Amino acid sequence: MNPPKTATAEQIVIGGSEELISGSEAIAHACRLADVDVITAYPIRPYDTVMQYVSQMISDGDFDCEFIVAESEHSQFEIVKHASAVGARVFVGSSGVGWFYAFEAMAVTAGLRMPMVAMVGNRALDDPGAFGVEHNDALAVRDLGWMLVWVETPQEALDTALIAYRVAEDKRIFLPCAVSCDGAFLTHSQAIVNVPDQATVDSFLPRYDRGDKLLHPDNPITIAPQANEDWVMEIRRQSDAAMRRARGVITEAYEDFGDKFGREQEPFIERYMMEDAEIALVGMGTLALPVKVAVRKMRAEGRKVGFVRVRWFRPFPTEELQDALSDVEAVGVIDRDYGFGSSFHSGVLANELRAALYPVENQPKIVSFIAGLGGREVNTDNVIVIAGMVADAASGGMNDQDTYWIGVRE
Amino acid sequence: MSDVITETLDDYIKTQVLEAWKGPKTVPEQEYFTSGHRTCQGCESALVMKLMAKAAGPRTIILGSTGCMYVANTTYLSTPWSVPWMHTQLGSSGSAATGTAAGLRALMRKGKMEKERINVIAFCGDGGGADMGLSAISAALQHTEYNLLILMYDNESYANTDIQVSGSSPYGANSTFSPPGKERRIMHRRWKKNTAPMLAAGHPECKYVATVCMSYAVEAMNAVRKALSIGGPTFIHSLDPCPKGWDYDPMFSHELGELAVETGIWPLYEIEEGKIKMYGKSKRIVNGQMKRKPVQDYLLRQGRFAHFIDEDIEYFQAKTDEMWEKWLIPGVLPFSAEA
Ligand SMILES: Cc1ncc(C[n+]2csc(CCOP(=O)(O)OP(=O)(O)O)c2C)c(N)n1
Ligand code: SF4
Ligand SMILES: [Mg+2]
Repeated sequence: MNPPKTATAEQIVIGGSEELISGSEAIAHACRLADVDVITAYPIRPYDTVMQYVSQMISDGDFDCEFIVAESEHSQFEIVKHASAVGARVFVGSSGVGWFYAFEAMAVTAGLRMPMVAMVGNRALDDPGAFGVEHNDALAVRDLGWMLVWVETPQEALDTALIAYRVAEDKRIFLPCAVSCDGAFLTHSQAIVNVPDQATVDSFLPRYDRGDKLLHPDNPITIAPQANEDWVMEIRRQSDAAMRRARGVITEAYEDFGDKFGREQEPFIERYMMEDAEIALVGMGTLALPVKVAVRKMRAEGRKVGFVRVRWFRPFPTEELQDALSDVEAVGVIDRDYGFGSSFHSGVLANELRAALYPVENQPKIVSFIAGLGGREVNTDNVIVIAGMVADAASGGMNDQDTYWIGVRE
Repeated sequence: MSDVITETLDDYIKTQVLEAWKGPKTVPEQEYFTSGHRTCQGCESALVMKLMAKAAGPRTIILGSTGCMYVANTTYLSTPWSVPWMHTQLGSSGSAATGTAAGLRALMRKGKMEKERINVIAFCGDGGGADMGLSAISAALQHTEYNLLILMYDNESYANTDIQVSGSSPYGANSTFSPPGKERRIMHRRWKKNTAPMLAAGHPECKYVATVCMSYAVEAMNAVRKALSIGGPTFIHSLDPCPKGWDYDPMFSHELGELAVETGIWPLYEIEEGKIKMYGKSKRIVNGQMKRKPVQDYLLRQGRFAHFIDEDIEYFQAKTDEMWEKWLIPGVLPFSAEA
């Protein structure tokens, strides 16, 4: 698990260097490039590799920040919350039950509108113990005012972490943002990444400026008093407004990112072979890897299948998904999470998507799948089976009011 | 980034030097905890807030854990704090202090904020501190690179939630979670945690730990001033009579604080760079210049002990005697040396 001292492949390219690195190392580079001021760590697999890389960078003198190994995740998140209040740019992260241990702190961070960027190395919750990916950890904060984004590759992890700082610290937003990286499949898997140079990052990412919200003797404000029924509703409404504004600010950030770094991408979702698609698969994170391969295979056989990868879960890309999916006959949502007792016993993404597509005319059938829990591999054969079931649902041959578990021993 | 290496630690570890005040007349009038709060009449914890802020002065950031001193003090739009103040979670005083100090240090070191000595104080109640927040306080006290003070105001219950026993409630106290009933007279059988010595003994690099009581206000303020000047993380534990939770007439708050000290139930001492120094009446007790008053003089003044019978008072007296007669360091550290 020890991080390599030097990147395995290094080659200077224009505006940065190319390195073979994992998702965790990519995010460590983003922290360095963002010149983060305070980082708190606590060990739990698989996210904690990012802290191994960060601490190595600090001890090698490549990066300067206060690096605190907290005594629990609760403290980890509380420490950075308070550092953010005095104007420090902060980074934190966790996985699985560690993320839950910090839950109280995460609730108040969002309630306080305290900007921070957190990495989630998505992991199954105990019990039973499992190191592998599930999305229920990060999804647990979805209604609290955290922005949530899932990424697929180490490059996207690095880029998105920089974008996350820009959006979270934007005065119009001031909300925390969690970058979700699938445990093992992304945290520990390497790919060639363009690590940008400092000047480009500086041109994209302004300094964190709290303005009149800064906690400092020159600005003796009281933060987070007891508001009760007199004011809480207005304050919640402001968080709602910030989350609504986030849509525009995220779009702006992606446009500027594209201009400065030369990597253009659609902000909220990725559409893969969606032109003329009759059925669409939808999922998040590294699930995209087998799905894309399977989609290519099926396309080669003449089947009109496409894939939509949801990047941002909060704010939820309602309009984009309506746009991408309103012309298909049926949608198969592959959740790497569960929602026991929810509508149709579906995963979180499936039900969120059902709500988003409800007002669409000629609404496609939506079939819900649960797969890859606890880090179980989802392979191309699984995806082809799923696509077949979705095609059946399109022709009315399958019940779309239920949820199907894929790759499970019954 | 290379200039980081050449910085001297000294540049960032400096504290404000706050000289001790010689007596009440030398204490400035200026307050930083002013009107706007709505604590009970006779609330000694509110006095702790006021004098703590006064002792620290204007270049201070104060973080406050959930509890009476949050809920009753900082109602939205009527804050009493004229220094910057921020709420922190019930168990987060240690983390709040650490995060604030770390943020300031990082920003000053990296040239993103003007270098200045700013006091960082986080306060917590006994429930938030000695129970829920113990691990975070412990962690904070290890960080010698951060200047911070954690002040635990101990009203001996979870007061804000309507008076429930905590690990710092005295043996036998009546509370809404330990009411004497028809079958059981004593519901709370735990002996009060010995928090300050636990933290001092457990964190040998922490330079200053003290107990205070606002019945001895100048000494208490000077403890705050010393804690903020000495450098690194420090801890102060104050015992605060609470008319609501202890059930007595608010006019006796000051007197009850004195009785807690005079009976030997609440010893006053400083542990400074590893040296224990008793002060005030506690020092006279240790030196044999003053006899401890019987604990019943203190207990029977409070409704929370009204259900006590002789047996309970004797038990309380015996345990208190043990502190002074059997402990390795009287009033401070238990364990008796093997004969
Ligand atoms: C995590 C959490 N659990 C419970 C509470 C409810 N609560 C609010 S104030 C309080 C009492 C705290 O007691 P203490 O720290 O002794 O402070 P006091 O109220 O006595 O001043 C409690 C339990 C809370 N705010 N947060
Ligand atoms: S209950 Fe006790 S601590 Fe709380 S405000 Fe009243 S007197 Fe003060
Ligand atoms: Mg209390």
